[in-house]
Amino acid sequence: MRNLLILGAGTAGTMMANHLRRRLPRAEWRLRLVDRSEKHLYQPGLLFLPFGDYTETQIIRNTRDFLPDGVDFIHAEIGEIRPQDREVALTNGNVLGYDVLIVATGCRTAPEETEGMLGPKWRDNIHDFYTLDGARALREKLASFTGGRLVVHVNEMPVKCPVAPLEFTFLADSFFKKRGIRNQVSLTYVTPLSGAFTKPKASRKLGHLLGDKGIELVTDFVAERVDQENDQLVCYDGRVVPYDLLVTVPTNMGDEAVRRSGLGDDLDFIATHKHTLQSPEYPDVFILGDATNLPASKAGSVAHFESETLADNILRHIGGKPLKEEFDGHSNCFIESGEGKALLIDFNYEHEPHEGPFPFAFGPMRLLEESRLNHLGKLAFRHVYWNLLLKARPLPGISRQKKAPPTIAK
Amino acid sequence: MIKNLAGTDLDVNEEGYLTNMNQWTEGVAAAIAAEEGVGPLVEGHWRVIRYLREQQSKGAALTIRGMGKSGVVTTKELYDLFPGGPLKKSSKIAGIPKPVGCI
Repeated sequence: MRNLLILGAGTAGTMMANHLRRRLPRAEWRLRLVDRSEKHLYQPGLLFLPFGDYTETQIIRNTRDFLPDGVDFIHAEIGEIRPQDREVALTNGNVLGYDVLIVATGCRTAPEETEGMLGPKWRDNIHDFYTLDGARALREKLASFTGGRLVVHVNEMPVKCPVAPLEFTFLADSFFKKRGIRNQVSLTYVTPLSGAFTKPKASRKLGHLLGDKGIELVTDFVAERVDQENDQLVCYDGRVVPYDLLVTVPTNMGDEAVRRSGLGDDLDFIATHKHTLQSPEYPDVFILGDATNLPASKAGSVAHFESETLADNILRHIGGKPLKEEFDGHSNCFIESGEGKALLIDFNYEHEPHEGPFPFAFGPMRLLEESRLNHLGKLAFRHVYWNLLLKARPLPGISRQKKAPPTIAK
Repeated sequence: MIKNLAGTDLDVNEEGYLTNMNQWTEGVAAAIAAEEGVGPLVEGHWRVIRYLREQQSKGAALTIRGMGKSGVVTTKELYDLFPGGPLKKSSKIAGIPKPVGCI
């Protein structure tokens, strides 16, 4: 019996377990999946939770409910990955050997990386929404927020779901309008990048959104520290941004087990071949999802497209065949723009988000345009996620590689 | 599109970032720096530029932390060397793509 071991039962790991249990003969291959949690969190729901739009029960399920028969789920903390010995030590003392390892340990927020962030006012007037605890605490805070300076802050790139902070800002604008206190609230978006939209087509199409909604933009801002005494963010170049309520996206880093294993870069992300998803150092190790160091978005859709290529490549690897250099950085996501509308974008390593119909060449949705339909698509996606995506069933009309953008006459 | 800098025709995108990092020379760097109001380029700038090009050719995603922790330069020095936009300006001068979000 040979062993395939998957680390992490998030979106990426769960999809791989489903793909591979279908394709690897049960008599020859044992599949094991390790995670520290027995609960699966629908992470896109964290964006809506603070505004009271989703409840916890809609976004949390039991991990085992999404695993096929024939996958052993091991509820444990990963201690150390030892690729030289083809084994993984768990913190409970058990050691799991493998023939093929898939690392899908994701990423986490690391507020401790920024001086002053985790002071006495953390979760008082400094909040995050990338964790369940954080999103819940922020829901309480927003419910009683009567006005003042709300600052939405991205600490450093890369972050999981890179548009989420911007979506949060748009949704906050709608939220305060609905409550009739928008004129009591100033909204500021602070980013280390050179703009809220950094790619030319999106910037041209969407640049007006911030101004239209009265959102102030602060760019090229890398926070040296959070000054809790004076309630302000301090940039390395001396600029300050004062806040009454700070909603921050702290530094995102890979799992601590990656660091313990010496497998990560300075943010604990793992070196990964950008088209095959194999480790350049250890041929029996493959990485997907947020755990990689790839210049692709850290997002569920990326993990989905990766999982299709990776399932093929694991079969090829086992069969001694050359791997497909197929993954192209394909990413696809809905972006909430507030007031019941959303945008849809589709891009990869080479092509920036562009305009056009989706899926196929006819629609019904339109890329890079605000619409009510896209918003409904985003809400419907929760059902797609639970029922199709996690179980690695095909999503109709959406191919793993990105279709080349249509040429649009200017 | 093509842009002529330091006597060379260069492939650039609509924001003036080189699309082929192999067309870069030190002369090109100096010319872009002058356009961006950075410099004259001294050893500190060159250390950053060399580091960025090295990371980029390895295919690593570039982060300001990477630079801050690389021992090449501190984040504060980076702001001093490339005032106004340490990431976007240093990348442009190093002939590598602009650091971007997904849209």
